[in-house]
Amino acid sequence: MTPLLNVQGLTKRYGGRIGCADVSFQLYPGEVLGIVGESGSGKSTLLNCLAGHLAPDAGEVIFDTRSDGPRDVLTMSEPERRMLGRTDWAFVHQNPRDGLRMRISAGGNVGERLMAVGAHHYGAIREKATDWLGRVEISAARIDDRPSAFSGGMQQRLQIARNLVTGPRLVFMDEPTGGLDVSVQARLLDLIRGLVRRMGLSAIVVTHDLAVVRLLADRLMVMKDGHVIETGLTDQVLDDPQAPYTQLLVSSVLQV
Amino acid sequence: MIPMIHVENLAKNFVLHNQGSVAIPVLAGASFAVAPGECVALIGESGAGKSTVMRILYGNYLAQGGTVRIGGLDITQAEPREILALRRETLGYVSQFLRVVPRVPTLEVVAEPLLALGRPEDEAMARARDLLTRLRIPERLWALSPTTFSGGEQQRVNIARGFAHRYPALLLDEPTASLDATNRETVLHLIEEAKAGGAAIVGIFHDLEARARVADREIDVTEFTPRLT
Amino acid sequence: MNAYNFAYLDEQTKRMIRRAILKGVAVPGYQVPFASREMPMPYGWGTGGVQVTAACLTPEDTLKVIDQGADDTTNAVSIRKFFEKTAGVAVTEKTGEATIIQTRHRIPEQTLTEDQILVYQVPIPEPLRFLEPSEVETRKMHALEDYGLMHVKLYEDIARHGEIATAYAYPVKVEGRYVMDPSPIPKFDNPKLESAALQLFGAGREQRIYAVPPYTKVVSLDFDDYPFDPSKPAHPCALCGAEDSYLDEVITDDAGSRMFVCSDTDYCAGRRGDGA
Repeated sequence: MTPLLNVQGLTKRYGGRIGCADVSFQLYPGEVLGIVGESGSGKSTLLNCLAGHLAPDAGEVIFDTRSDGPRDVLTMSEPERRMLGRTDWAFVHQNPRDGLRMRISAGGNVGERLMAVGAHHYGAIREKATDWLGRVEISAARIDDRPSAFSGGMQQRLQIARNLVTGPRLVFMDEPTGGLDVSVQARLLDLIRGLVRRMGLSAIVVTHDLAVVRLLADRLMVMKDGHVIETGLTDQVLDDPQAPYTQLLVSSVLQV
Repeated sequence: MIPMIHVENLAKNFVLHNQGSVAIPVLAGASFAVAPGECVALIGESGAGKSTVMRILYGNYLAQGGTVRIGGLDITQAEPREILALRRETLGYVSQFLRVVPRVPTLEVVAEPLLALGRPEDEAMARARDLLTRLRIPERLWALSPTTFSGGEQQRVNIARGFAHRYPALLLDEPTASLDATNRETVLHLIEEAKAGGAAIVGIFHDLEARARVADREIDVTEFTPRLT
Repeated sequence: MNAYNFAYLDEQTKRMIRRAILKGVAVPGYQVPFASREMPMPYGWGTGGVQVTAACLTPEDTLKVIDQGADDTTNAVSIRKFFEKTAGVAVTEKTGEATIIQTRHRIPEQTLTEDQILVYQVPIPEPLRFLEPSEVETRKMHALEDYGLMHVKLYEDIARHGEIATAYAYPVKVEGRYVMDPSPIPKFDNPKLESAALQLFGAGREQRIYAVPPYTKVVSLDFDDYPFDPSKPAHPCALCGAEDSYLDEVITDDAGSRMFVCSDTDYCAGRRGDGA
């Protein structure tokens, strides 16, 4: 099987400081990879390099494209990368305000990606937006409301609908449940898990919350000071951590 | 007959890096095999390493030495995705605790292993309904999340889930604990059915009667305890 | 009038503006930055249009200036006088006689020819501005033809009003490539953007020039099920009876009486002179 994403030697420096160093891994179709670590461990830098928001200093990010097979995303032209960003890829930001257009209605937010790839039938766009609002448990009656009138949990669900409407194959999530109440978090996690399984999505989830990865991720990567210090099956890394830092991390946060 | 589960020279120790890097050896030289249709009971005192063996077999703990072949795959060397595939298709595990996402209805929790295998939804749901009925979970609870259930009910949901797919290899951690006589009988039936269906089973049974009834052999894990020299 | 160079601007500035115009013509619909000069009138009074006109004028030209279709409004009169004074060119109110027409918010009703240049005054040249506040981002969006957002605006219109309610400054796609703001002309005028005349757009405050060369394809954006509709209120002109021209609503007394008259004063006068 060809990996969906094959990352080799990815390195990003901020001047003399290391963002992330020599990160390599493969992600296969349908897999959810969790990246955990403290603030400043390089996990967000890594995610942003993978998603094309930051230019790494070295390395390869090879994505198995639908049309041309495996290609290095970093050497793609900007238009190609953008096209990928609104078709096969999706990015769910921690703060829904970063991923939503706050002055545009919920329906317009969901429809934007469709229109960006050439959908020009209002009725069809609206129907699809309604369907997606339903899938993320937002009432169809709210389709013309702006996200600013939504609760934090609803905004986050709207952001997910907006991202998944074009049927992407790879979703990047940056602390998707950060800043939400615990009860809202559970609902969101359940929703994400259901969508990931039903759509056969692959996902990379960055979080510092081990409970989140326990529920969402198949595999785990633990980062510290820009380096990957441990990888493995999620339950194995959490239940039988090998690296000193992982042991500390697990023993100081849990019980999950 | 080729064993379904084949453990050779297995070693395990824990290194507690944050407590002076003390290394605790737990297993050494563990070897055994389980054939299809055979049920093996792990015995030994509490702390002897029964659960550790089970967890290594499931890929939940890493082994420090030796091999563990399940359905031909050496899980001590396998890639995570190979172990995930093994868990989906070949290797089932009924633990003592139910761990599920809140809000998911019981029926879906039980059907999930089949859905994950890509089985048709109606087939998966029918199997789930059948198992929940056999295990006497009242139908009015099926649409609710099991997180709110009593301990005994949770345990039965857990068993239903573990038996939903007919795994060729099955790990059972005290499957009859905290069950009343009728439900215990049902679970023992399920185990016997799985054996008859050719499953290789490794179990921990504190319930001696149950062990005597379903287990073909016993393995004393105390024999695997490392000798300190 | 020897105190000023011909048409007010110095020749170096005109050269700079002409370069921008040429680049705009070469890349239809693309907004070319230029170093807008201080003009002896406030921003918003057509400083961009005036600089483009100044750079295009030759002593042989005949200039017409309209504001909302009319030759006799303050803005039109002052700009016309400005060029009479600084360039000494002939001026006219007749669309057919003009070689250069500077306009604000209208395209003349009379079909323009290959011998004419239409210069638009543009307040905000960026069609994506109200959707995406970052200039860096809108430039990228143009460069990458990332125009989904433009349709989002039309979507919002339909969602809120049941139809595309944008009635002026209706966005167009030029030659299948750049999305362009045609300046605040009524959408009624959009079909006239496909013209034999050279059309130049100048935004003074925003320092942008763009162009639609003769016979360029200009398509108004729409949805399959909500097609572009250049309609206007269904009235004939109260003065000349024209049914094919864009109308202004004029309040005639304190009692709420009103009449609809051609906004293009030359067109209306011409029809009445013809005895139509």
